[in-house]
Amino acid sequence: MRMVIVAGTPGSGKTAVLIHSLKRLIEKGLKPSVVKIDCLYTDDDKKFAKIGVPTKVGLSMDMCPDHYAIYNIEDMINWAEDNQSDFLVVETAGLCHRCAPYTENCLGVCVIDATSGPNTPLKVGPFLSTADIAVITKGDMISQAEREIFRERVLEVNPQCKVIEANGLSGQGCVELGEEMLNSKEVALDKEKLRHSAPLAVCTLCVGERKVNKKYHRGILRGIDGFQSYKGE
Amino acid sequence: MVDKITVLGGYDKQGNKEPVEEIVIKKGEIFGVVGPTGSGKSSLIGDIEQLAQEDTFSKRKVLVNDEEPSYDDRTNPRKKMVAQLSQNMNFLADMSVGDFLSLHAKCRGASSKCVDAVIRLANTLTGEPIKKEHELTILSGGQSRALMVADIAIISDSPIVLIDEIENAGIRKHDALQILSGHGKIVMVVTHDPVLALMADRRIVMKNGGMQKVINTTTQEKVIAEKLNKVDELMLSLRDRVRNGEIIEDIKLEDVKL
Repeated sequence: MRMVIVAGTPGSGKTAVLIHSLKRLIEKGLKPSVVKIDCLYTDDDKKFAKIGVPTKVGLSMDMCPDHYAIYNIEDMINWAEDNQSDFLVVETAGLCHRCAPYTENCLGVCVIDATSGPNTPLKVGPFLSTADIAVITKGDMISQAEREIFRERVLEVNPQCKVIEANGLSGQGCVELGEEMLNSKEVALDKEKLRHSAPLAVCTLCVGERKVNKKYHRGILRGIDGFQSYKGE
Repeated sequence: MVDKITVLGGYDKQGNKEPVEEIVIKKGEIFGVVGPTGSGKSSLIGDIEQLAQEDTFSKRKVLVNDEEPSYDDRTNPRKKMVAQLSQNMNFLADMSVGDFLSLHAKCRGASSKCVDAVIRLANTLTGEPIKKEHELTILSGGQSRALMVADIAIISDSPIVLIDEIENAGIRKHDALQILSGHGKIVMVVTHDPVLALMADRRIVMKNGGMQKVINTTTQEKVIAEKLNKVDELMLSLRDRVRNGEIIEDIKLEDVKL
């Protein structure tokens, strides 16, 4: 299964940009599946359902939402395969500037809001610096000069990424993002690793585990089916 | 060199083909964009700003010198052919005017020496002077606008200049237009102001998201434009007098009889 992981702070326009991009891909006859990860509540699934995309919501509740997303990747891919989808899009909750949500072979997309100020790219961590694509949104709300400075700062943090300036309202730039999704690679889950370790805390991922497969995980773990358990000594 | 740009028509808000299928704008030309609010003026300007390739809502296509611009031409600010003054009146960046301008100069590959020149030019357009050490976010609407105009004229200095509603800014709009239009540039002005619209060589009328028709400014309109200019100057001088705390006793209307 090809996999696209979309990260970015809340309100940056992840859902709006994705909806425009997915619409174009559906017009081309492709079949995406979307998983929206959030902590306690989301109604983004209704927005995806409106454009006819099979959508699953994953609420992480007490678990770290990024760890939750990684822990459930296998289930999400199986579900997308059951849907006979061409690719799976995972939209993260996007809560933490230290998030490191991308796996090595997924297409890593960071959505970042230009109105958050030109210092923001310097403040955020791996979800920008290890992304393949940085989508800059809300550029229409600031002057061209500010937009250009913001873009430069993004490239300072991640010189390799492709920058797409997008507008979640008009759909500007979203065609380009859709094209990039088409180029995403197949992910062989068993050997898949995170690009960057997750932030330190108390779970196995938190202490630097980067293996994706379910069997390597310890701690308080919540399955996408809502079942929560403790694994470990 | 940019000698001309071509806008190939797309679709309006209802998905109907636009009545105007093609516009060619040549070097040195000032082109107006008029139409009611919500008619798609800013979207048209947006399409040109990003040199759209049937990848926006309108599905318009923009050619430069009859050719499709490359991806790099469209996105790299050092190569950017378009400078845009949008409707936004405020800066959000949390830094000083001087730092901001030298950062932008760096992005555009311009010398940081031009910072002082930008501030000097901006101060010819606005009332209260802007200083290098001022925080960007505390500038007034007029000051921000003046700074944006000067930044475009000196730092961006692109062959295509797009201006979205300069009239609401509380700055000297004629001077601003003159500074921005420069010699041999392609200029597009979105406006609700008849003074500016009739100053343009041609104007495009927008309706329902689509380009409805192109009007060549008539000789008669050019004459009217000059008269309107005088009305405008009268209003400007009155504005300055009121701003400076004078009491207005009489106005001279002889000069502006239509």
